[in-house]
Amino acid sequence: MTSTRTSDTLLLTVFALAVLTGPIVLAPFGAGYPDLLQKFAIFGIFAIGFNILFGLTGYLSFGHAAFLGVGSYAAVWAFKGLTMNILPAILLSVAVAALFSVVIGYISLRRSGIYFSILTLAFAQMSYNLAYSVLTPITNGETGLQILLDDPRVLDPALGEGELPLTNLFGLPMNETWNVPMLGMEMQFNVGFYVCAALLILAFWVSMRIFRSPFGMMLRAVKSNQNRMSYTGLDTKPYALAAFVISGVYAGLAGGLLAAMDPLAGAERMQWTASGEVVLMTILGGAGTLLGPVLGAGLIKYFENIFSAINEGILQGFWGFLPEVLRDAMVSLSSLFVGEGWHLTLGALFMVIVIFLPGGLVEGAQRIMGLFRSRKSRAAGGDGRRAAAPAE
Amino acid sequence: MDAIVLQILNGLDKGSAYAMIALGLTLIFGTLGVVNFAHGALFMLGAFCAVAVNELLTMNRVVLSETETTAWGSALEIRTPYAEVWFGDLGTWLIEWSVPVSILIALPFMLLVGVAMERGLIRHFYKRPHADQILVTFGLAVVLQEIVKALFGANPIPQPAPDGLSGMADFGAVFGLESGQIVYPMWRLVYFLFAAAVIGSVFAFLRFTTFGMVVRAGMADRETVGLLGIDIDRRFTLMFGLAAAVAGLAGVMYTPILSPDYHLGMDFLVLSFVVVVVGGMGSLPGAVAAGFLLGILQSFASMNEVKSILPGIDQIIIYLVAVVILLTRPRGLLGRKGVMES
Repeated sequence: MTSTRTSDTLLLTVFALAVLTGPIVLAPFGAGYPDLLQKFAIFGIFAIGFNILFGLTGYLSFGHAAFLGVGSYAAVWAFKGLTMNILPAILLSVAVAALFSVVIGYISLRRSGIYFSILTLAFAQMSYNLAYSVLTPITNGETGLQILLDDPRVLDPALGEGELPLTNLFGLPMNETWNVPMLGMEMQFNVGFYVCAALLILAFWVSMRIFRSPFGMMLRAVKSNQNRMSYTGLDTKPYALAAFVISGVYAGLAGGLLAAMDPLAGAERMQWTASGEVVLMTILGGAGTLLGPVLGAGLIKYFENIFSAINEGILQGFWGFLPEVLRDAMVSLSSLFVGEGWHLTLGALFMVIVIFLPGGLVEGAQRIMGLFRSRKSRAAGGDGRRAAAPAE
Repeated sequence: MDAIVLQILNGLDKGSAYAMIALGLTLIFGTLGVVNFAHGALFMLGAFCAVAVNELLTMNRVVLSETETTAWGSALEIRTPYAEVWFGDLGTWLIEWSVPVSILIALPFMLLVGVAMERGLIRHFYKRPHADQILVTFGLAVVLQEIVKALFGANPIPQPAPDGLSGMADFGAVFGLESGQIVYPMWRLVYFLFAAAVIGSVFAFLRFTTFGMVVRAGMADRETVGLLGIDIDRRFTLMFGLAAAVAGLAGVMYTPILSPDYHLGMDFLVLSFVVVVVGGMGSLPGAVAAGFLLGILQSFASMNEVKSILPGIDQIIIYLVAVVILLTRPRGLLGRKGVMES
């Protein structure tokens, strides 16, 4: 396949452009503000990492949020003890998450299938429970770990009077935003988002290299038939462990970035619902595909923000064209799905995707494209679909 | 000695709940080969059956009093539950015993829910990978719990135990110790006995009836049973309903112990899965034994003496045991070979 390289370069370029122009492209959808854009990028990284484990090897981890949480705690401790510069914090969070994932991965990967899922779940719940109870000196329990004015911060100069410690990259504060009026709208270009975006593009590139490498091929082989691999005399454990640690590192990076954008860390980031969320993002987008997880992460975070912000007044306006009796019925029906009830939408969406579109959005797009193409390329689409289905 | 007995007793009620949920999970897994992440939600649905029955029974008729007035001068509202208005003493009794009474409602309701769930959704997932089954049932669990949240609100709703069963039982006297040494809430004891009865009848059903025999044969070799001209699918559907009913009943009776809220199911589900895996995937006795074992271990770990040596152990003991068991006995305590290992 000679065209893979050029099409990869094209994909990466398009991806990078799409991410970098995010504040402009997404502004008309009401998603152009920094807080949400940062979340898109951070959870994109998290999902890309998860996909390297789940999409390639088929090992379904239900405890990945633990690495995210650990990364956040490590980053906040770096802010407290070292400096408000995010570089050491992120390096530290990645290192700590890597260490954690080596230990947990080494133990969990001794089993496969649902046993693996339960083991990772058990480790994540242990971390969560411990963070809430006995590890309070490190995690600050229910309050969550925060930075304080009188933290030591040995590498930073002392704060001036009335000066607040802000996370920054060599003096450039993360929350600095340039508001540029453009096309009749206020575009917000935020430093923090561009830090996240740069790392997201890097993460995407690394994941693409892994997908195309012999190592990635080996991971796919683990998914399709681990026994056969063993019979050929090959030990698959190191490969699976490497994939686990890589995805743990991605999660740690995401956790570190979360803390860098907003310097606090709480145990709820490690809860198993958080682990379930990343599984959902990956599945929704398409497990085993390159773009899928980023799309899934973006969509879920987008709908979470939009749907949970809708209230009854907006619904009244939306159904305004209906006669009153019908309108009230529609409003009360649809208010179940928005605002507080947004999780209902999420759950229903999740079921619909798994039932009708197991390959996720990417598969859906492929199917639609297939309708326009010749029969030959439709068969190729079928191959992609099969590859996207998880093994366990 | 009395401390040990007390901790064992304390572990029994949680253990009973784990055992019943794990039993249902294993039944579904053993018959249909489906990993059901919505099983905790079924437990929660059962609990809310009790809440619904209680709310129905305590719906009040409001009458303005003609003689008495409130401190503000308006007529005093006299609230009498309709149940009492219509049925008199029977109504009062019904309200007091609403939790056990709701079993009558919950049993058919949960059977129906289970059968509908299997026919409507799970049936299409037999041939799909386990990951898909986990994901779709996880989605269903979220949907169910959000519906319950929309209907009943997000706060826990306490349910009363019947008066006669809500006090403390003096256990010391039974074991010949001084009275007052071991006291134990009566309802928890009732819960344990109830669980034992339910679990016992499920086992008896499988062991001693023709239907149960066919189901067991189907669990061992589904294809052959099908070739013998038996409609095994229909029986398995019914087993799904039965498993749902067991989880539902476990939920109904648990309400006086723990006020149910909408995410009750998720909390129990995670632990029950750990229980199933510790007991051995696909082994019914293993699930029950592991349920009680882990319940009791958890109660021992929350003793102050233990906590002072190993702080935080009560939070993680179940997961820790699961990790140790899975690594030393990969198939769980009583697991069979070749289950879920591909």
